[in-house]
Amino acid sequence: MKLLLVDDSRTMRNIQKNILKTLGEVAFTEAGDGMEALTCIAANPAGFDMILVDWNMPNMDGLTLVTKIRQKDKRTPLVMVTTEAEKVRVIEAIKAGVNNYVIKPFTPDTLLEKFKQTMDKAQAPAAVA
Amino acid sequence: MPVTTAQPTVNPELVVHFVRSVQTVLSTMVGVQTRIGAPHLKTQPVPSYDVSGIIGFSGGVVGSMVVSFQTATAVKLVARFAGAEMAPDTADFADAIGELANMIAGNAKKDLGAIASITVPSVIIGAGHHIARLADVPCVVIPCQTEVGDFAVEVSIKQLPAAK
Repeated sequence: MKLLLVDDSRTMRNIQKNILKTLGEVAFTEAGDGMEALTCIAANPAGFDMILVDWNMPNMDGLTLVTKIRQKDKRTPLVMVTTEAEKVRVIEAIKAGVNNYVIKPFTPDTLLEKFKQTMDKAQAPAAVA
Repeated sequence: MPVTTAQPTVNPELVVHFVRSVQTVLSTMVGVQTRIGAPHLKTQPVPSYDVSGIIGFSGGVVGSMVVSFQTATAVKLVARFAGAEMAPDTADFADAIGELANMIAGNAKKDLGAIASITVPSVIIGAGHHIARLADVPCVVIPCQTEVGDFAVEVSIKQLPAAK
């Protein structure tokens, strides 16, 4: 499984890695802001199985990054992991194209649950009309 | 007739949001319970302790929040938060302090009743540093005690009238 973690805090990326590596074999790529994340995405044409994105970051914030990713890629699951907890922010992120939302602070169980939820939904066959 | 000017007072509602936030962040991410002392107004610009994580507010709320730690307390909290011991002169230590400040400010922000943005954190390490704040906004100090030492949350924010 290939995951891209986008957060300006290395500490937060390490915490997420320590939690998510309990899921099995995971290859992590890390970016400290939206610009770096776009570079990582361009350098990995095979794509990522999921991208976890912080909201408040220097150079390019998470919402802008999500919007830019969704202009080209509608499929890769995107999870916002952020302190931005107001309802209006969550709606804004969903409109921009995130698949799930984790509010900091989070417990390991919460992050794992949201991760699995998002992955299951992304892998589920499309409903037949 | 003598002229009296209103003295700033501690806004209990504001304090409650930050108390709740600091307790939630520390128990969830660090595994530490926080006891709260009596909040009071700060009259000097010197922070309570030597390591300060600073977050600015803008939009419907303006001002700043500072989380200020004794160095020894910060080292112990960071070790539990990050899962590794870090020297206070390293970039990773500052990063961890900044992220704790970010979560405390962000978590409190959702209850402030206004749409506001927070800055990415800044961290200052060193004894006796001064932090400039908005002159017309009182600063409330919330003393915090944990099993690994003391720290303080200093809140100096004001809510702006909603735009029509």
